[in-house]
This record gives sequence, structure tokens and C-alpha cells, in this order.
Amino acid sequence: MINPGHGRGPDSSVVGGSSNSDPFPAGLRVLVVDDDKTCLKILERMLMNCLYRVTKCNRAEIALSMLRKNKNGFDIVISDVHMPDMDGFKLLEHVGLEMDLPVIMMSADDSKSVVLQGVTHGAVDYLIKPVRIEALKNIWQHVVRKKRNVSEHSGSVEDVGGGDRQQQRNDADNNSSSANEGNWRSSRKRKEEEVEEQGEDKEDTSSLKKPRVVWSVELHQQFVAAVNQLGVDKAVPKKILEMMNVPGLTRENVASHLQKYRIYLRRLGGVSQHQGGNMNHSFMNVQDPLSTLNGFDLQALAVAGQSLAHLQAAGHGRSSLTKPGMSVPPLADQRSIFSFENPKTRQTMNLVGNNKQMNLLHGVPTGMEPKQFTGSHMRVQQNVQSSGMLMPVADQLPRGGPAMLPSLRQQPMLSSSVSRRSDLTDAVASSRVLPATTHSVFNSFPLASAPGISIPVSVSCQEEVNSSDAKGGSLAATGFGNPSYDIFSEFPQQNNNNNKRNDWDLRNIGLVYNTHQDTSAFSTSEAYSSSSTQRKRQEAELTEQQHQPLNRSLNHMNQVYMNGGGSVRVKSERVAETVTCPPAITMFHEQYNQEDLLSALLKQEGIPSEFDFDGYSIDNIPV
Amino acid sequence: MQRQVALIKQSLFDQGYLDDQFMELEELQDDANPNFVEEVATLYFKDSARLINNIDQALERGSFDFNRLDSYMHQFKGSSTSIGASKVKTECTMFREYCRAGNTEGCLRTFQQLKKEHATLRKKLEHYFQLARQAGPKETARRPK
Repeated sequence: MINPGHGRGPDSSVVGGSSNSDPFPAGLRVLVVDDDKTCLKILERMLMNCLYRVTKCNRAEIALSMLRKNKNGFDIVISDVHMPDMDGFKLLEHVGLEMDLPVIMMSADDSKSVVLQGVTHGAVDYLIKPVRIEALKNIWQHVVRKKRNVSEHSGSVEDVGGGDRQQQRNDADNNSSSANEGNWRSSRKRKEEEVEEQGEDKEDTSSLKKPRVVWSVELHQQFVAAVNQLGVDKAVPKKILEMMNVPGLTRENVASHLQKYRIYLRRLGGVSQHQGGNMNHSFMNVQDPLSTLNGFDLQALAVAGQSLAHLQAAGHGRSSLTKPGMSVPPLADQRSIFSFENPKTRQTMNLVGNNKQMNLLHGVPTGMEPKQFTGSHMRVQQNVQSSGMLMPVADQLPRGGPAMLPSLRQQPMLSSSVSRRSDLTDAVASSRVLPATTHSVFNSFPLASAPGISIPVSVSCQEEVNSSDAKGGSLAATGFGNPSYDIFSEFPQQNNNNNKRNDWDLRNIGLVYNTHQDTSAFSTSEAYSSSSTQRKRQEAELTEQQHQPLNRSLNHMNQVYMNGGGSVRVKSERVAETVTCPPAITMFHEQYNQEDLLSALLKQEGIPSEFDFDGYSIDNIPV
Repeated sequence: MQRQVALIKQSLFDQGYLDDQFMELEELQDDANPNFVEEVATLYFKDSARLINNIDQALERGSFDFNRLDSYMHQFKGSSTSIGASKVKTECTMFREYCRAGNTEGCLRTFQQLKKEHATLRKKLEHYFQLARQAGPKETARRPK
């Protein structure tokens, strides 16, 4: 229903956004459900006054069957809470599960618990009767918000190759999103809604990716029966599927529904959790790898002390990326830090997630590398553009022409690395619906292949190689002068081949227990805390001051890292399992570029590797 | 004549029978729907009469099902607030409080009061609409100035 809806009729204008001649929101198709005829009549009149197309219905059951019959027939649903035939929350639940429509609840009951219940069930808004026309004039925003999320996801797949148009679109979207955010902030139950929106949005992701199965009441009941029989905690999709024994239903369908159902149960159970923290929320819903990531970030942030809010924003952004819904506010927040990456990030996420999943599964992601690379390349370009630089420069970037590098400086690289980092998460996120094995593949893959993350890593690695290989700092400096390819080839020589590979993966993942402790530490911190610049800077300073072998400070970093990252270890283990997977090799190509760049840069500026780190973080801040 | 209509309406507001919501309804009334407010009011009184009847029966049964009463009254309150029937709404709220407290006496007493307010409002509004119709269609939509 999403893709078809987008691109035709009055809906598409929603997506497009902000042209003035646009009749939107006139013609918004609203379904009003209320058992109270008086209210219904008044609401109908008010909605018509807003130039919406109104369908009214005084019974929830009828409303539901109308919605089922004509899934694309409505843009938004407004429903009363107390209705004799079906509780409004029940309707809300069904609409949330079956069709992806925004639902506004309303009631004369203004008690906090009921409002909260509405919000936790996924209502986009809660109106207290008497409903005023002012409130209704604004409801189109929920439609836009919903569609916007959807369009960014679906749109990005189509536009994989096309830079500018997409960029413009994204920009436009960003603008509107910040406008939305204004409204959003001022709305009454902001906090809860925020949580909810995310939660709700989460539900969309999986449904976007596969043909949708209609979870009719009967099917849902079968499902619930199976889950209950198995026990909520022990129910796994495969068993549920066996118990339900419905032809045509796939394990993935069940898995995604199970996930939604669990989210739903959690909502019912834990209002306090909602208030407690967004992060928790996303943690719980997300599967291991992702939550690991998030958790790590958070902790890293906490460690960083500074910019916690930013971090959280980043975390939000990420978690909601995971679950497509992606609420607006976090996005905006994130944007303020990493100004340009966001849209791109999403784009690539889809790229990686949707298109390439299969490849990944087979473990032969050859196709993936270039793709991803292109993606990142594109992003670099865009970043460069946005920072007011010339395109050609960006083009040079991957090739690592040293001459151009100074002008580029770290910033573009930085942002590209940042966005890549999110790629990583995204990729992981999009693999959410896949079986566990896939997860690990995915994990290792994006992780390893997220060279952006490991820019400093490769540098440090180089350094290590050099210093151990040759003798000390000065030689290391010369080492930087070398094309990084050489260095890389050195690397394998130093460690035997197997080791090397392990190293790479592990390093990227952040396993600390390897021969190359320091390097791993570096990459880890890079990978997980590129937003927590503060810490990095401290590290860098430390290194500077002490003039000690990288080792030290790196170790220190390790500690920090480990403080924060109980969960990370889980992740690294997972990745470690897939260490031997082929992608690792191809990844290096990508890394070359990054590395190349960096080393060239270093050479130009004559900065020892520690400084590089420093510069990195400093630059990161203004971004 | 039109002045008289405006005065009556003003007094309905002044005496607290109606609140702002009623004005909202009047704003919705236009050439395409010249009798919108009256239609809504008619619908309200018809529907609320049914509810009152339901509650009457529930009360007569003697055994108090407070949940049921509360849900009836919730609906009553919902529609009363929607047309801006301020005094009726107040009684509804009170009734629900007695329901929650399990106060049978209070419920019965409030319900009598509620019926009285409901009947009064009905009479007053009927009178008002009648005069307004005589005064001419356009003026009914105007807000008292």
C-alpha cells in the first residue's frame, strides 16, 4: 500500500511537500469512528470545513471492515475511545497492525492513564472532547509524517544511483521535517508521543520490505493462541508457524508479526518504561546486534559526558532508522550534529538492506562492495558539496590524489565516515527480520566494510606495522609517505594471512583481545563513538602529551571502551564467528581509499598519526 | 427580533447553560448548512433522551452496576460537551464521580438534577431556535457581539 500510494493521486503531493499551489491537505481522506451520533455529526461538519473528505462510521467493527476492504481508501483515522461494540484501542491496534494508517484517538475522558494508553497503543494524537476545529485543521501533519518516513525508505531504493535529485528531495524533506518538529515540540504530550512514534514507527520497517500479509482477526487469534501455548518468551517464529499451520504464511511473516506483537505487549505492560527512556525502548525491541550498537553508543556518550543529548539524538536516529518510522525530532537533532549525513544514511541503508540482502546471505557480496562503495562515494561527494567544495575534488577522493587532499581536509572524510557508521547500523537493522545467522553475516559485513569508521584504524595499523617493522617514529613518518597500498601489503606480511584477516574483522568489530590490541581499540572507539568526539579528543590529547607509543593510549581507550561495552563483546563474538567470510577481502579495497586518503593527508600535513586522531575529533565537532 | 435572538443567546451563555463549544458549532453553520446547529441539537436531545432512558432503567433495577452507569454517563458527557451544554456536562461529571465512589445516593440525586438541567436546556434551546428561525436564516449564524 505504500509504494502504490506514493506517486499518484493527491497522496503524492503529500510526499512532495511544500509547493504552494498544492491543494493538500484539502481532500485528505478521513475516517471518523464514534458511536455518539452527535459527536459524529459535529466532527463530520468540522472535518468538511477543513476541506477533508470525510467518511463517518458509528461502529468500530464496520469501520474496521471498511478499512480492510479498501486499504488505500483513507489517509487517517479518527476514533473514539469508548465504543460499545469494540474498544477504540482495539481498533487502533488492528489499524496499526494491518494497515499502516495514522490513528487519532479522542475521548471526553481526559485522565492521564487513558491518554497514555492511547499513546502507547500507537495513536499519533489524542484529542479530548469537545474536539475543536483548530485541532482538526492540523491533523494532516500526521499523514505527512507517516508518508515521509515511508517515502524516504522506498524512494531511496529507486534512487540508488541518482545523486542530485535525491539530494534535493532529501533537503526539501529535511526542511519540512524541521518545520514539523516545531509543531511536534509544542504538542501537548510531546514526550510520550515521541516515544510512541518511534515505537510505532518501528512496526513499519518489516512491513515495508515484504509483501504484506493480512493479519485478520482470525489469523491474529490463531497467532496469539500459538504464542500463548508456547509461552510468550519461548515462542519462536518457526514453532508458531508450525502450530498455526496456515498455508502461504512464511516464517518471516510470523517473525515480523511476533515482533510487533511483542512490542505491543510491552507497550501494554510498561508505561513506566516508556517514560523511563527512549533508549530502553529501542533496546528491547531491537535484536542483539543492533541493541549492542545502540547500547554502546549510549555508553560511550555517557563516558564522553559532553554532548550526551547529541548522542542520544544519534542513537534515536539510529534506532528509528532501524525501525523505519524514524520520528522526526531525533532526526533533526542528529542533523544538527552531523549536518548532512542523515538523508544519505538512510538512502544507503536501503541500498544495503534491501537490495543486497540476498547476496549477503550467500556470503558472496562481491556485488555489494562496489555498490556500497558507490554509495559512500556519492555521499562523500554530497558532503563535499554541502561543505561548499567542488565536485571534482570529491571525485579525486577515492583515488586518493594527494594534491587535492589538503583542500578536502578531514571534514568530508569525517562526515563520510560518520554516515558510514550509521550505514553499519542500518544494515544491521535492516537485517533484523532475517534469521540469526544472517545477522552475524550482516554484522560482520557492514562492520568490516565500513571503512569510514576505521580510517584512523588503518592509520594506526600502519603505524604499528611501521614502527614494529622499521624502527620507531621517524620511520613511521616515512611510512606515511608511502602509498597506503604498500603499507597494506606490508601488513599481511607481518602477520600471517589468517591472522591478518582475523585482525581486520576483529578490529573493526572492536574485539580487544587480539594480537593487535591497540589497533582494535582504535577501530572500536572509532566505530562506536565517532560521535563522542569528546572522548576521542581526550585520547588524542593524552597521546600527545605523553608522547608514548600508541599502544598506551590505545590501551587506555580500550579500557574506556570496555567500560562502556559489555554488550559489545557479544557483538564481537558474533562477528568473530564469521571472520572468515569472503567479504573481508574485498573490503580492503574500500579501505584503501580511505586509508589512502588519510595517509596522503597525513603526509601533506606532516602530522603523526596521533594527531590525525585529534584532528578528526576536532573537526567532528563543528560538523 | 434579531436583537431579541441575540439577547436570548447571550443569556444562555451568561447563565452558564452553554459554553464556547456552542459558538464553535455556530461557526460551522453556513449557507450550505443553514440549520446545522439546530440539527445537531435535535440529534443531541434525541440521543440523550435514549441515554437517559437507559440510565433510568438501570437505576430502577435497583442493583447498581456502576461500571455500566459510568459508561452510559461517559457517552452522555461526550455528547454534552460536544454541543457545549455546560450545565448538563457538570452534572455528568459529578454523576461519574459518585459512580466511582460507589455512592448510590449521590448518583440518584445527581441524575435527577441532570434530567432537570437537560430538560431546561432543551426548552430554552427550542425557544431560541424557534425565534432564530423567525428572525431569518442568516442571523442565526452570527455570534453575539
